[in-house]
Amino acid sequence: MSVLQEISSDVRNMKQMENFVLFRRTNEIKEELRRGVRKSYREVIDVSWGDPHRAGVKPLSFVRQVLAACLYSELMDGDKLMVDVKQRAQRLLGTCAGGSVGSYCATAGIPQTLQSVSQYIMRRDGGVPCHPENIYISPGSQWALTNILKVLVNSEASPRTGVLIPVPCHSTTIISLTTLGAVAVPYYLREERGWALEMEELQRALDSAKGVCNPVALYMINPGNPAGYVQSRKSIQEVIRFAAEKKLFLLADEVFQDCVYGKESEFVSYKRALAEIGAPLSDSVELASFHTASKGLMGECGLRTGYVELVNLDPAVMKHINNLFSTNSCPILGQIALDVMVNPPQPGDPSYPLYLKETQHIRASLAQNVRRVEEVINSFPDFSCQPLEGGAFAFPRLFLPPKAIERAKEAGLQPDTFYCLRLLEEAGVLFSPGTEYGQKEGTYHIRFCIMTPSDTMEEILRRLSAFHEQFMKEFS
Amino acid sequence: MKLPSSMNHGTALLWKRRALSSLSTTRRGLPKPKMSDNGTTSRGKVLTIDNMNPTVKKVEYAVRGPIVQRAVELEKELSEGMKKPFAEVIKANIGDAQAMGQQPITFFRQVLALCSYPELLSDSMFPEDAKSRACRILNSCGGNSMGAYSASQGIDSVRQDVARFIERRDGGVPCDPDNVYLTTGASDGIVTMLKLLVCGEGATRTGVMISIPQYPLYSAALAELGAVQINYYLNEEKCWSLDIGELQRSLDEARLHCNPRALCIINPGNPTGQVQSRECIEDVIRFAAKERLFLMADEVYQDNVYAEGCQFHSFKKVLFEMGPEYSETVELASFHSTSKCYMGECGFRGGYMEIINMDNDVKDQLTKLLSVRLCSPVPGQALMDLVVNPPQPGEPSYERFIKERTATLSALAEKARLTEQVLNTVEGIRCNPVQGAMYSFPRITIPEKAIQEAKKLGQQPDMFYCMKMLEETGICLVPGSGFGQREGTYHFRMTILPPTDKLKILLNNVKEFHQRFTQQYS
Repeated sequence: MSVLQEISSDVRNMKQMENFVLFRRTNEIKEELRRGVRKSYREVIDVSWGDPHRAGVKPLSFVRQVLAACLYSELMDGDKLMVDVKQRAQRLLGTCAGGSVGSYCATAGIPQTLQSVSQYIMRRDGGVPCHPENIYISPGSQWALTNILKVLVNSEASPRTGVLIPVPCHSTTIISLTTLGAVAVPYYLREERGWALEMEELQRALDSAKGVCNPVALYMINPGNPAGYVQSRKSIQEVIRFAAEKKLFLLADEVFQDCVYGKESEFVSYKRALAEIGAPLSDSVELASFHTASKGLMGECGLRTGYVELVNLDPAVMKHINNLFSTNSCPILGQIALDVMVNPPQPGDPSYPLYLKETQHIRASLAQNVRRVEEVINSFPDFSCQPLEGGAFAFPRLFLPPKAIERAKEAGLQPDTFYCLRLLEEAGVLFSPGTEYGQKEGTYHIRFCIMTPSDTMEEILRRLSAFHEQFMKEFS
Repeated sequence: MKLPSSMNHGTALLWKRRALSSLSTTRRGLPKPKMSDNGTTSRGKVLTIDNMNPTVKKVEYAVRGPIVQRAVELEKELSEGMKKPFAEVIKANIGDAQAMGQQPITFFRQVLALCSYPELLSDSMFPEDAKSRACRILNSCGGNSMGAYSASQGIDSVRQDVARFIERRDGGVPCDPDNVYLTTGASDGIVTMLKLLVCGEGATRTGVMISIPQYPLYSAALAELGAVQINYYLNEEKCWSLDIGELQRSLDEARLHCNPRALCIINPGNPTGQVQSRECIEDVIRFAAKERLFLMADEVYQDNVYAEGCQFHSFKKVLFEMGPEYSETVELASFHSTSKCYMGECGFRGGYMEIINMDNDVKDQLTKLLSVRLCSPVPGQALMDLVVNPPQPGEPSYERFIKERTATLSALAEKARLTEQVLNTVEGIRCNPVQGAMYSFPRITIPEKAIQEAKKLGQQPDMFYCMKMLEETGICLVPGSGFGQREGTYHFRMTILPPTDKLKILLNNVKEFHQRFTQQYS
């Protein structure tokens, strides 16, 4: 019997990702295809991740050229690379210890990168001051979120610490909370109103926590994941006031802030909205906001770099946060990419024309995909999709016939997982089921990444349409 | 195109002290906190010192602690033109070889550059073997890009390559790629395993055995997890060797108040540099088997072995050579990294762990835990692939690779020897042979007057000593109190990493400082 038979209940209680059964089957199918097994498709299209590169979007040339030059500085001899690439690489190498991307950086990140990020934030927020010492760069935004949660969540406390989370919510955060011994307190976004956050619902959620746990924080995702909403300024300010009144720490997951395409939509950061409310709230409401190099047009998920900006925190607490971050630093290559993200090529720079072309292409593809997805999905009576305003995903609602639900239950699967599994088997397309993210009881959804090349999206929609018709016929 | 390691004035210029004090908030024009009667500030904060997670308050990590913060301030002051008794601050506190001028392996950087910007695959400046490695790596990345997430456990082909490397290293002992996990540096794997291990309450709270002196990541992780740290002392008189009697003593005592479940061992050691003998490793395995402890073998310095007569023996190899009674029962996790050895690629955060004899049920939990951070950095995974799969004889890059690796490792060996030699010429400093790893951990005699002075300032005596050394010489070390040491003894940890000529000067400065200090407080 293993020494490890006894494991912390926090770890045991982590939900097995619904996706697991799908991932396993995907690997099997890929293997079968490799062995020449005949299927109605030649390759599996995996859009279950928010991973543009995996879906076929090309990396931006400028950032990759800078990375290559930083890795192997011999590349800077001669004329292989544009002048601005070389200058950027040289500047960034100068900020690394020993002039190498192989060195450790300071606890919170490379100081010049922190400075660049803080300037980016100030520009983004129309001049609201941003102090580099309030920013921590980490191996991915989830890493930073976990660290902040570690400070907030007292696993020994009774009652346990609670954190309000939206439904639907992306699964990694939920798993983090469970492992830390916190209680997730769900508040339901209103699907029919474009996934709006309603204050009465927040209040209801808070009330539901009475006697169950001690809620200390309110976690929001804006733009949304999996749902594709962009929160309005008004809504954000309502949430801020609510948090102030109810003494909640605000956790704003804003990793999709560069993915906004809804015609009426505008990304307003929680920090900016807070500043616009003015004193005394702007000086006192505690806020952590998260961003990343993984999303947006750069889509460099594999580099694992994100950051958190901490606003209005107690300095004594900041000291301990610093200690937490000091035990594992962020990869240097990711910080270089981050620097490029917050300081892209400008008009007049030699690399600008190509940069512009590439980014315009990605934006155009995304806009095209949004249009086509809404068109196709909404053309089916048993699919409905709220307007896609931002983020990287579509999260349409699926109205499954009772027979399908029945069959799913027999197979021991959630109905939407069952749908996704069949879609994978028969059409070679991998989506993820709404169960993964939480949804209102009795509703079913599917999530797929829409940051793909346009022709890939067309292929996905073609396969989905054909499959969906078949499936609905079978279970009618 | 290497920049001198001292060229961090840019860093210093933009640096501000991170540990915010209420002074700095006033400077930023924020409202001053109201003082209540008992002297605590009351600002109506949701998150305060009193209600934050109490275990986080116990987290300290001396390698990047207060002395480093002071070093950074001094760098800033120097760059602003303030006069100091030294021209530069030397960060001999952290095991960062490339920060100190060690050159990366050309082949690795070529392949990674090709992976980053595959258009370079058509460029003749890159050798063919670098190109074929890059293609192989890119083919196993989603969308052929290092920018895609990998599977949570790590890229399949890399894990397979790691498994084959382990098999070769261990003379054929089989390794299942399924037991290999790619992590964000070894630290990520270590902390995750500890997370998996820690449970229970009160008298059944998990205890984890760790050598004293230890690498403070362990104490930080245990503090944060609220686990019980069980100290077993290494024997300084016997070159920091591990003594089973001492293991037994500390375990028996610990059983009275906690539930010991794991034994951590760092080999080669950090900070002590000792390389465990084969017999010792066998003894530890027998001990772990008898006492039903999970073994955690931190082997990140496995190529850093310098002393005559010393050799690295992997725990796994020894375990399997002890026969099925042990190899089929003892549970072991061993850790490796791209940060040390001859690579020194700390900034990539590459690492792996191999898990032996773990229950499938537990493995599932481990997989779940790892999925929270999605995956480890893909460039680090790619680099690990190269480390376990370096150029082979006959390949274009082989000669250069061997030359670079040999040069780096022999330079380190020379510096290890030099450090031990010079420090032992100083009266009041006694340095054990630096058998391996990257540090010296000499014992220092601190005069009674200095100890009293330190106490007055509320500082550990060796912190007081190191702070003084920093202010007077610009050399940043980590005091022994950051690693743990026997009561009444004092040490510091200094890396052997600066280039040899600089190291000579450093060691001399340390010597002179020690003499001055001893004189001053006699």
